Parts: sequence; structure tokens; C-alpha cells
Amino acid sequence: MSDHHDGHDSGGHAVPHKMLIITCVALLFLTAVTVWASSLDFDTLQMPGINVFIAMAIASVKVLIVALIFMHLRWDRSFTGLLFVSSIFFVALFISFAITDTKEYQPQVFQSDSPEVQQKIDELDHSLDGSGGHGEGHGGSGH
Amino acid sequence: MSQLDVQSDSHAPDHGHDHDHPPHLGHHWENPKQQFEAGKLGMWLFLATEVLLFGGLFCAYAVWRSNHPEIFKYGSQYLDTFWGALNTCVLLISSMTMAMAVTFAARGKNLAVVICLILTLLGAGGFMGIKYIEYSHKFHEGLMPGMAFYDQPNASHLWLPIDEEGRQAHEHELMVTAASNEAFASEMESRNELPPAPVTAEPSVIAPAGTGLTGLTTNDLDWEKSELGTFLPPKLVDTLENQEPMLEFAESEHAPGAEPHLAHPLQDPQRPPNAQKFFTIYFLMTGLHGIHVIGGGIVISWLLLLTLRGRFSKGYYTPIDLGGLYWHIVDVIWIFLFPLFYLI
Repeated sequence: MSDHHDGHDSGGHAVPHKMLIITCVALLFLTAVTVWASSLDFDTLQMPGINVFIAMAIASVKVLIVALIFMHLRWDRSFTGLLFVSSIFFVALFISFAITDTKEYQPQVFQSDSPEVQQKIDELDHSLDGSGGHGEGHGGSGH
Repeated sequence: MSQLDVQSDSHAPDHGHDHDHPPHLGHHWENPKQQFEAGKLGMWLFLATEVLLFGGLFCAYAVWRSNHPEIFKYGSQYLDTFWGALNTCVLLISSMTMAMAVTFAARGKNLAVVICLILTLLGAGGFMGIKYIEYSHKFHEGLMPGMAFYDQPNASHLWLPIDEEGRQAHEHELMVTAASNEAFASEMESRNELPPAPVTAEPSVIAPAGTGLTGLTTNDLDWEKSELGTFLPPKLVDTLENQEPMLEFAESEHAPGAEPHLAHPLQDPQRPPNAQKFFTIYFLMTGLHGIHVIGGGIVISWLLLLTLRGRFSKGYYTPIDLGGLYWHIVDVIWIFLFPLFYLI
């Protein structure tokens, strides 16, 4: 078996070293970019929390590079890639449903649904702004 | 693999080969390619379960952070971005040397494979070394997960109660909760036709029955602190009760020259409530990842041993390839962990 044909005997793929080094340099560069991007302040642009989306986008690109080159997905059967992508897809599904659910707990639902509770919130807000002390909310269950 | 090898070797004399096949090929495979592809499929299935395993923790992280973004913003200051970034670089470079080992193995250059595997092993050791520096610093500073965060025997006299500013981030949420509790309680009272609870000017015990927290009065704490008092250990409640003298002590003993983010959060009145949650999820996720790094180190050592024994050739290096896949997934998970904890 000659060198330019390497790896195909057992089905594996030999990625040229030059490509591996370039990949690693690109990944290190993206690491520097993500550290730099985290220091950007988007609060003045009325977009708080956008940093985490930028960081996750860069991380996803890095993972894509690692999977395609280091993990040979680029040269593998597409079924292997489908396996990997589907596992990530189900994790994403899991997280998005959990996030959706965690926003649906009673206080938040009450706040928007019931005018009476909203009135209570406003009263409490007012009393906190004024005197501050308000110990009755928890005293009720004590006796 | 070694089992298969032993089998085919021991059966070699009597099973009458009418075909030529390499010693590493199991008898139940058509050819080396089929054997390799099957092994790779199994490895990728395992990697998919690893993604799902960490997915549970990523989900917990996402839910906690969406509920309490201020805790993550606050806790992240206690992590050193330098060590995190350095560890990312160490893992990325060791991923590269692992991929190089696979390429060298495919070309049958075993000496280069040995060198690359040793470099990868050094990367694994370096990562754990840096993690050790970080963890021991956290333990030394008392930045512990869960309720251990509050159990600081040497520093308990320095704890400062949360002040108005520290509570600000939480205020709205707590108000909404209290308001709905109050609305619920008043509705229950009206249903039961009971007179409302008397409001007295005297200090009244506000810790709910059954929590074991007595002596907590409305004079010492407002309702928000009593909310805190229901799930804090008595020690901290003591500190909250005696806040005035302790505050002076803490200021005289600790404030001069102390860098704000080197002090324990309990000494910072501006910490958000439940600041320990950040360290809980931090230790859970990086800890599980660290276990995987150790596992990867063991796998690489084993590959190194097999390579030194001359078990691999140009035609057969499946364990190096599949072990490499495992090492890369460890890297992939860290690529997500790094920005999620260090870069908030």
C-alpha cells in the first residue's frame, strides 16, 4: 500500500498533518475571539444577553470544525454524522422544552392573568418603597 | 480485540484456513473495513449517549441560568478566565496531537504514534493539573457547591448579610412570589371565614413552624430575609440577627486591601441570594468533565502500551482511531463549558 493511498485498508482516513495544524490554529484563534467577544458590552444597544448567543455560536463553529476534521466526519458515511447531529438535536429539544416550561410557573402566570394579584403586587411594591418592613406574607402559615 | 486475536491464534492450527486473513480480523467479519466500520458505529453510538449525559446537565444549567441570571453573572467573577482559556488551548492542542497520532498510525509510523500519544497524555495531565490549581483555590477560598458554601467554620464571623443592592436583582421576583403567596393566604382565610392574622407592633416570630428557626423576629429581618431564613442554616441566621457588631468587625478586619473578588461572597453584602448555586453547577459539570478527562487519559495510556508492544500496523489501528474519537468528544464538551462558566 503506497503512502498517498493511506488508511483505506481498514476504512479509516488519514488527514494530512498540515490540515490538522491549520485546524488547530483556527480553533485557537476562535478561542481568542470568544474571550474577546465576551468583553463586549451590548447593554447599551438594548440587547442584554446577546453575549451568550455569540459565545454559543462560536462554540458551535468550533465543535463543527472538531467533528468534521479531527473526528473525520467529513470523510465518514453520512449516517455517522446523522447519529451525532441527532443526539445534539434531542439535547436541544430537551433544553428548549425545559426552558419553555420554567417560564410558566405560578407567580409569572398570576402576574399576567389576574388583575387582583397584579393589584397586590402594586400595593406591596408601594409599601416596600415607603416603610420597607412587611413581615406578614410569611406569618400567615405559622399559626 | 485481544480476545479475538487470542482466539484466532489458538484456532489457527486446526481450523484449516482456506482463505488468507490478517490476524487482527475477527472471524465474524467479512473484511477489515467492515470490522472497522462496525467498531466506529459502536463508538459513535457511545459518543451520542455521552452527549445526552452531558445534555441533562446543560439543561439544568440553562434552566437555572434563565431563572437566576444574576447568580451566574456574579459567580463567574470568581473563576479565572486565564486558567479557563489556557485549559481550552491545552485540550485543543492535545486534540490535534491525538488526530496526528491517528494519521501516523494510518501510515504505519509507530514511533511517531508513540510520541503523539505521549504529547496527548501530557495534555490530559496538564488539563487536570490546571483543574487541580483551580479546584484547590476554590476549596481554599470556601467557594464550595451547595450548602457547604454556607458552612465556613473559619470565616463565619465575617459573614455579611445581603444588603439592598444585592437584593435588587431578586427583588421583583421575590415580590411577585410574596404577593401571590399573600393573595393565596388571604383567599384561604376568606374561605375559612377566619379573622386575618393580627398585625402587632411587637416583634413576632416569623419563622414558619417546623423549620427549627426560632428567635427570628420582624425587628431583625424584613420579610425577604425571613424568606432567606427558611432555607439557610441556623449559623447564618445567627449572623443575620447579630448583624451590627459583626459588620464593624468585618470591616475593620477584612476590608482594607482585600480585593473585592478574592473575598468570599458571604463577606460581600452585594451578592445575590443563593450565590452558591453557581458553584454547584460549576463543580457538577466541570467535575463530570474532569472524570472524562481522566478516563481519556487511561484510554490513551492503554493505547500507548499497545503501540509500544507493536500491536498496530498500517492495516489495523482501530483502537487508536476510536480512542481518538473519545478524546475529541471530551474536547467538544469543554468547548461549550468554557464560555458558559468563565465568560459571563
